[in-house]
Amino acid sequence: MSLHPRRHRWRTQWATIVWLTVVWVFLWGDLSVGNVLAGLAIALAVTTGLRMAPIAFHGRFRPAGFLHLLGRFVLDLVKASFEVSLIALRPRYVPHGAVIGVQLRSHSDLYLTLTAELSSLVPGSLVVEAHRLTGVLYLHVLDVRQSGGIEAARQAVLDQEERVLRAFASDEELDAAGLGVRA
Amino acid sequence: MTQDQWTIVADVASAVCLLGGAFLAFAAGVGVLRFPDLLARMHAGTKPQTLGLALVLIGLALRLRSGGAVWALVLVAVFQMLTAPVAAHMVGRAGYRTGKVRSDLLVVDELTSDQERAQVRDQGRPDDDGPRD
Repeated sequence: MSLHPRRHRWRTQWATIVWLTVVWVFLWGDLSVGNVLAGLAIALAVTTGLRMAPIAFHGRFRPAGFLHLLGRFVLDLVKASFEVSLIALRPRYVPHGAVIGVQLRSHSDLYLTLTAELSSLVPGSLVVEAHRLTGVLYLHVLDVRQSGGIEAARQAVLDQEERVLRAFASDEELDAAGLGVRA
Repeated sequence: MTQDQWTIVADVASAVCLLGGAFLAFAAGVGVLRFPDLLARMHAGTKPQTLGLALVLIGLALRLRSGGAVWALVLVAVFQMLTAPVAAHMVGRAGYRTGKVRSDLLVVDELTSDQERAQVRDQGRPDDDGPRD
Protein backbone atom coordinates (compact mmCIF):
# COMPACT_ATOMS: atom_id res chain seq x y z
CA MET A 1 0.00 0.00 0.00
CA SER A 2 2.77 2.39 0.91
CA LEU A 3 4.92 4.08 -1.72
CA HIS A 4 8.02 3.06 0.18
CA PRO A 5 7.39 -0.46 1.33
CA ARG A 6 10.90 -1.04 2.59
CA ARG A 7 11.07 2.12 4.64
CA HIS A 8 7.60 1.43 5.97
CA ARG A 9 8.62 -2.02 7.09
CA TRP A 10 11.64 -0.65 8.89
CA ARG A 11 9.55 1.87 10.73
CA THR A 12 7.23 -0.82 12.08
CA GLN A 13 10.23 -3.02 12.85
CA TRP A 14 11.73 -0.24 14.93
CA ALA A 15 8.66 -0.04 17.10
CA THR A 16 8.83 -3.79 17.67
CA ILE A 17 12.52 -3.64 18.56
CA VAL A 18 11.95 -0.82 21.05
CA TRP A 19 9.02 -2.71 22.63
CA LEU A 20 11.02 -5.93 22.95
CA THR A 21 13.93 -4.04 24.50
CA VAL A 22 11.59 -2.40 27.01
CA VAL A 23 10.17 -5.83 27.93
CA TRP A 24 13.69 -7.18 28.42
CA VAL A 25 14.71 -4.27 30.66
CA PHE A 26 11.46 -4.65 32.66
CA LEU A 27 12.13 -8.34 33.13
CA TRP A 28 15.56 -7.66 34.57
CA GLY A 29 14.15 -4.84 36.62
CA ASP A 30 16.91 -2.26 36.33
CA LEU A 31 17.92 0.13 33.63
CA SER A 32 21.58 -0.36 32.89
CA VAL A 33 23.64 -0.05 29.72
CA GLY A 34 24.29 -3.77 29.70
CA ASN A 35 20.60 -4.63 29.95
CA VAL A 36 19.62 -2.22 27.17
CA LEU A 37 22.33 -3.55 24.86
CA ALA A 38 21.44 -7.17 25.57
CA GLY A 39 17.76 -6.35 25.04
CA LEU A 40 18.55 -4.65 21.72
CA ALA A 41 20.60 -7.64 20.57
CA ILE A 42 17.81 -10.09 21.44
CA ALA A 43 15.15 -7.85 19.89
CA LEU A 44 17.17 -7.68 16.66
CA ALA A 45 17.68 -11.44 16.66
CA VAL A 46 13.97 -12.07 17.26
CA THR A 47 12.71 -9.62 14.63
CA THR A 48 15.16 -10.72 11.94
CA GLY A 49 15.25 -14.40 12.83
CA LEU A 50 11.54 -15.01 13.35
CA ARG A 51 9.63 -13.22 10.65
CA MET A 52 6.06 -12.32 11.46
CA ALA A 53 3.36 -11.20 9.08
CA PRO A 54 3.72 -7.42 8.93
CA ILE A 55 0.83 -5.42 10.33
CA ALA A 56 -0.21 -2.63 8.01
CA PHE A 57 -0.51 0.56 9.99
CA HIS A 58 -1.45 3.64 8.01
CA GLY A 59 -2.97 5.64 10.77
CA ARG A 60 -1.58 8.19 13.12
CA PHE A 61 -1.48 8.29 16.86
CA ARG A 62 -3.84 10.78 18.50
CA PRO A 63 -3.01 11.37 22.16
CA ALA A 64 -6.42 12.82 23.08
CA GLY A 65 -8.28 9.95 21.45
CA PHE A 66 -5.92 7.45 23.03
CA LEU A 67 -6.44 8.87 26.53
CA HIS A 68 -10.20 8.77 25.99
CA LEU A 69 -9.94 5.13 24.87
CA LEU A 70 -7.74 4.22 27.84
CA GLY A 71 -9.84 6.00 30.46
CA ARG A 72 -13.06 4.51 29.15
CA PHE A 73 -11.40 1.09 29.00
CA VAL A 74 -10.35 1.18 32.66
CA LEU A 75 -13.84 2.29 33.76
CA ASP A 76 -15.46 -0.38 31.59
CA LEU A 77 -13.13 -3.08 32.89
CA VAL A 78 -14.02 -2.27 36.50
CA LYS A 79 -17.74 -2.11 35.67
CA ALA A 80 -17.60 -5.37 33.69
CA SER A 81 -15.77 -7.22 36.44
CA PHE A 82 -18.32 -6.26 39.07
CA GLU A 83 -21.27 -6.99 36.78
CA VAL A 84 -20.00 -10.48 35.99
CA SER A 85 -19.20 -11.08 39.68
CA LEU A 86 -22.71 -9.98 40.62
CA ILE A 87 -24.31 -12.38 38.15
CA ALA A 88 -22.01 -15.16 39.37
CA LEU A 89 -22.83 -14.63 43.04
CA ARG A 90 -26.58 -14.06 42.65
CA PRO A 91 -28.43 -17.15 43.86
CA ARG A 92 -30.65 -19.03 41.41
CA TYR A 93 -30.13 -16.63 38.55
CA VAL A 94 -29.57 -18.02 35.07
CA PRO A 95 -28.26 -15.40 32.63
CA HIS A 96 -29.79 -15.45 29.16
CA GLY A 97 -27.17 -14.68 26.57
CA ALA A 98 -27.12 -14.04 22.85
CA VAL A 99 -24.71 -14.29 19.96
CA ILE A 100 -24.83 -11.12 17.89
CA GLY A 101 -23.03 -10.13 14.71
CA VAL A 102 -21.68 -6.61 14.46
CA GLN A 103 -20.61 -5.14 11.13
CA LEU A 104 -17.61 -2.95 11.84
CA ARG A 105 -17.04 0.14 9.75
CA SER A 106 -13.32 -0.17 9.11
CA HIS A 107 -11.73 -3.03 7.20
CA SER A 108 -8.30 -2.94 8.78
CA ASP A 109 -6.99 -6.08 10.51
CA LEU A 110 -5.35 -3.97 13.18
CA TYR A 111 -8.49 -2.11 14.22
CA LEU A 112 -10.52 -5.31 14.01
CA THR A 113 -8.07 -6.98 16.40
CA LEU A 114 -7.99 -4.04 18.79
CA THR A 115 -11.77 -3.73 18.87
CA ALA A 116 -12.14 -7.47 19.42
CA GLU A 117 -9.59 -7.52 22.25
CA LEU A 118 -11.08 -4.54 24.01
CA SER A 119 -14.65 -5.78 23.54
CA SER A 120 -13.72 -9.06 25.22
CA LEU A 121 -12.60 -7.25 28.35
CA VAL A 122 -15.46 -4.78 28.73
CA PRO A 123 -19.07 -5.32 29.84
CA GLY A 124 -21.08 -8.25 28.75
CA SER A 125 -19.37 -9.30 25.54
CA LEU A 126 -16.94 -11.97 24.39
CA VAL A 127 -15.75 -12.45 20.84
CA VAL A 128 -16.72 -15.87 19.46
CA GLU A 129 -15.81 -15.43 15.83
CA ALA A 130 -14.17 -12.69 13.80
CA HIS A 131 -14.74 -12.63 10.09
CA ARG A 132 -11.77 -10.84 8.64
CA LEU A 133 -12.88 -10.36 5.04
CA THR A 134 -16.24 -8.82 5.80
CA GLY A 135 -15.20 -7.16 9.05
CA VAL A 136 -17.96 -8.78 11.09
CA LEU A 137 -17.41 -9.60 14.74
CA TYR A 138 -19.62 -12.22 16.39
CA LEU A 139 -19.91 -11.65 20.11
CA HIS A 140 -21.50 -13.53 22.93
CA VAL A 141 -23.45 -11.32 25.30
CA LEU A 142 -23.53 -12.78 28.80
CA ASP A 143 -26.83 -11.33 29.94
CA VAL A 144 -29.02 -9.56 27.44
CA ARG A 145 -31.22 -7.99 30.11
CA GLN A 146 -28.29 -6.44 31.93
CA SER A 147 -26.74 -5.13 28.71
CA GLY A 148 -29.99 -3.31 27.96
CA GLY A 149 -31.03 -5.39 24.95
CA ILE A 150 -29.45 -6.62 21.74
CA GLU A 151 -29.22 -3.25 20.06
CA ALA A 152 -27.54 -1.62 23.06
CA ALA A 153 -24.91 -4.39 23.05
CA ARG A 154 -24.34 -3.86 19.33
CA GLN A 155 -24.01 -0.12 19.80
CA ALA A 156 -21.48 -0.66 22.62
CA VAL A 157 -19.18 -2.53 20.22
CA LEU A 158 -19.57 0.15 17.55
CA ASP A 159 -18.74 2.84 20.13
CA GLN A 160 -15.68 0.85 21.13
CA GLU A 161 -14.60 0.72 17.49
CA GLU A 162 -15.14 4.46 17.14
CA ARG A 163 -12.89 5.12 20.14
CA VAL A 164 -10.21 2.84 18.66
CA LEU A 165 -10.43 4.64 15.31
CA ARG A 166 -10.33 8.07 16.92
CA ALA A 167 -7.18 7.02 18.78
CA PHE A 168 -5.24 5.45 15.92
CA ALA A 169 -6.78 5.94 12.49
CA SER A 170 -5.70 8.46 9.88
CA ASP A 171 -8.10 11.10 8.54
CA GLU A 172 -8.72 9.04 5.38
CA GLU A 173 -9.57 5.94 7.41
CA LEU A 174 -11.93 7.94 9.61
CA ASP A 175 -13.64 9.32 6.49
CA ALA A 176 -13.89 5.84 4.98
CA ALA A 177 -15.51 4.58 8.17
CA GLY A 178 -18.03 7.40 7.94
CA LEU A 179 -16.89 9.08 11.13
CA GLY A 180 -15.41 12.20 9.57
CA VAL A 181 -12.87 14.38 11.31
CA ARG A 182 -13.82 15.79 14.63
CA ALA A 183 -13.30 19.53 14.57
CA MET B 1 6.78 11.13 60.70
CA THR B 2 5.40 11.93 57.28
CA GLN B 3 7.41 9.03 55.90
CA ASP B 4 5.72 6.73 58.40
CA GLN B 5 2.31 8.11 57.54
CA TRP B 6 2.90 7.47 53.87
CA THR B 7 3.95 3.95 54.68
CA ILE B 8 0.67 3.40 56.53
CA VAL B 9 -1.35 4.88 53.64
CA ALA B 10 0.45 2.62 51.18
CA ASP B 11 -0.07 -0.42 53.40
CA VAL B 12 -3.79 0.25 53.78
CA ALA B 13 -4.20 0.87 50.03
CA SER B 14 -2.26 -2.32 49.39
CA ALA B 15 -4.51 -4.31 51.73
CA VAL B 16 -7.64 -2.91 50.06
CA CYS B 17 -6.30 -3.83 46.60
CA LEU B 18 -5.29 -7.33 47.70
CA LEU B 19 -8.68 -8.00 49.30
CA GLY B 20 -10.55 -6.57 46.28
CA GLY B 21 -8.47 -8.70 43.94
CA ALA B 22 -9.07 -11.78 46.04
CA PHE B 23 -12.82 -11.11 46.04
CA LEU B 24 -12.90 -10.77 42.24
CA ALA B 25 -10.85 -13.94 41.77
CA PHE B 26 -13.30 -15.73 44.09
CA ALA B 27 -16.28 -14.39 42.11
CA ALA B 28 -14.59 -15.55 38.90
CA GLY B 29 -14.21 -19.02 40.37
CA VAL B 30 -17.85 -19.13 41.44
CA GLY B 31 -18.86 -17.96 37.97
CA VAL B 32 -16.85 -20.66 36.23
CA LEU B 33 -18.55 -23.23 38.44
CA ARG B 34 -22.09 -21.88 38.26
CA PHE B 35 -22.62 -20.49 34.76
CA PRO B 36 -24.73 -22.70 32.51
CA ASP B 37 -22.55 -23.07 29.41
CA LEU B 38 -19.07 -22.68 28.01
CA LEU B 39 -19.41 -19.15 26.64
CA ALA B 40 -20.83 -17.80 29.89
CA ARG B 41 -17.99 -19.48 31.78
CA MET B 42 -15.44 -17.76 29.58
CA HIS B 43 -16.92 -14.42 30.62
CA ALA B 44 -16.14 -15.28 34.21
CA GLY B 45 -12.66 -16.37 33.16
CA THR B 46 -11.78 -13.12 31.42
CA LYS B 47 -13.26 -10.10 33.17
CA PRO B 48 -13.26 -10.44 36.96
CA GLN B 49 -10.16 -12.57 36.76
CA THR B 50 -8.18 -9.95 34.79
CA LEU B 51 -9.14 -7.07 37.07
CA GLY B 52 -8.67 -9.26 40.13
CA LEU B 53 -5.14 -10.11 39.06
CA ALA B 54 -4.44 -6.44 38.27
CA LEU B 55 -5.64 -5.43 41.75
CA VAL B 56 -3.52 -8.10 43.45
CA LEU B 57 -0.51 -6.88 41.46
CA ILE B 58 -1.19 -3.24 42.40
CA GLY B 59 -1.47 -4.31 46.02
CA LEU B 60 1.82 -6.16 45.75
CA ALA B 61 3.52 -3.18 44.10
CA LEU B 62 2.32 -0.88 46.90
CA ARG B 63 3.71 -3.26 49.49
CA LEU B 64 7.02 -4.04 47.75
CA ARG B 65 7.88 -0.45 46.72
CA SER B 66 11.10 -1.48 45.00
CA GLY B 67 11.76 -0.69 41.35
CA GLY B 68 12.87 -4.01 39.95
CA ALA B 69 10.01 -6.23 41.07
CA VAL B 70 7.34 -3.61 40.32
CA TRP B 71 8.31 -3.42 36.62
CA ALA B 72 7.95 -7.18 36.32
CA LEU B 73 4.45 -6.86 37.82
CA VAL B 74 3.57 -4.25 35.17
CA LEU B 75 4.60 -6.77 32.51
CA VAL B 76 2.44 -9.49 34.09
CA ALA B 77 -0.60 -7.18 33.97
CA VAL B 78 0.04 -6.09 30.37
CA PHE B 79 0.48 -9.63 29.07
CA GLN B 80 -2.54 -10.83 31.01
CA MET B 81 -4.68 -8.18 29.32
CA LEU B 82 -3.24 -9.04 25.91
CA THR B 83 -3.61 -12.80 26.19
CA ALA B 84 -6.80 -13.37 28.21
CA PRO B 85 -9.20 -12.14 25.46
CA VAL B 86 -7.35 -14.11 22.79
CA ALA B 87 -7.43 -17.29 24.85
CA ALA B 88 -11.13 -16.77 25.60
CA HIS B 89 -11.78 -16.18 21.90
CA MET B 90 -9.99 -19.38 20.89
CA VAL B 91 -11.82 -21.48 23.51
CA GLY B 92 -15.16 -19.87 22.69
CA ARG B 93 -14.67 -20.39 18.96
CA ALA B 94 -13.66 -24.03 19.36
CA GLY B 95 -16.58 -24.62 21.73
CA TYR B 96 -19.03 -22.98 19.39
CA ARG B 97 -17.86 -25.03 16.42
CA THR B 98 -18.04 -28.31 18.29
CA GLY B 99 -21.52 -27.63 19.63
CA LYS B 100 -20.66 -27.07 23.27
CA VAL B 101 -22.95 -24.05 23.41
CA ARG B 102 -26.42 -24.39 24.85
CA SER B 103 -28.52 -22.67 22.23
CA ASP B 104 -31.67 -22.95 24.35
CA LEU B 105 -30.25 -20.24 26.61
CA LEU B 106 -29.53 -17.85 23.74
CA VAL B 107 -32.05 -15.13 23.01
CA VAL B 108 -30.63 -14.55 19.53
CA ASP B 109 -27.99 -16.48 17.62
CA GLU B 110 -26.89 -14.51 14.59
CA LEU B 111 -23.76 -16.59 13.96
CA THR B 112 -25.68 -19.81 13.33
CA SER B 113 -28.25 -18.08 11.16
CA ASP B 114 -25.50 -16.31 9.17
CA GLN B 115 -23.62 -19.57 8.72
CA GLU B 116 -26.74 -21.35 7.50
CA ARG B 117 -27.40 -18.54 5.05
CA ALA B 118 -23.80 -18.72 3.78
CA GLN B 119 -24.09 -22.47 3.40
CA VAL B 120 -27.24 -22.16 1.31
CA ARG B 121 -25.53 -19.55 -0.84
CA ASP B 122 -22.40 -21.67 -1.30
CA GLN B 123 -24.45 -24.68 -2.37
CA GLY B 124 -25.88 -22.56 -5.16
CA ARG B 125 -22.51 -21.38 -6.39
CA PRO B 126 -19.77 -23.73 -5.20
CA ASP B 127 -16.69 -21.75 -6.31
CA ASP B 128 -17.89 -18.26 -5.64
CA ASP B 129 -17.18 -16.28 -2.53
CA GLY B 130 -20.19 -14.12 -3.19
CA PRO B 131 -20.42 -10.37 -2.90
CA ARG B 132 -19.54 -8.53 0.24
CA ASP B 133 -22.51 -7.31 2.08
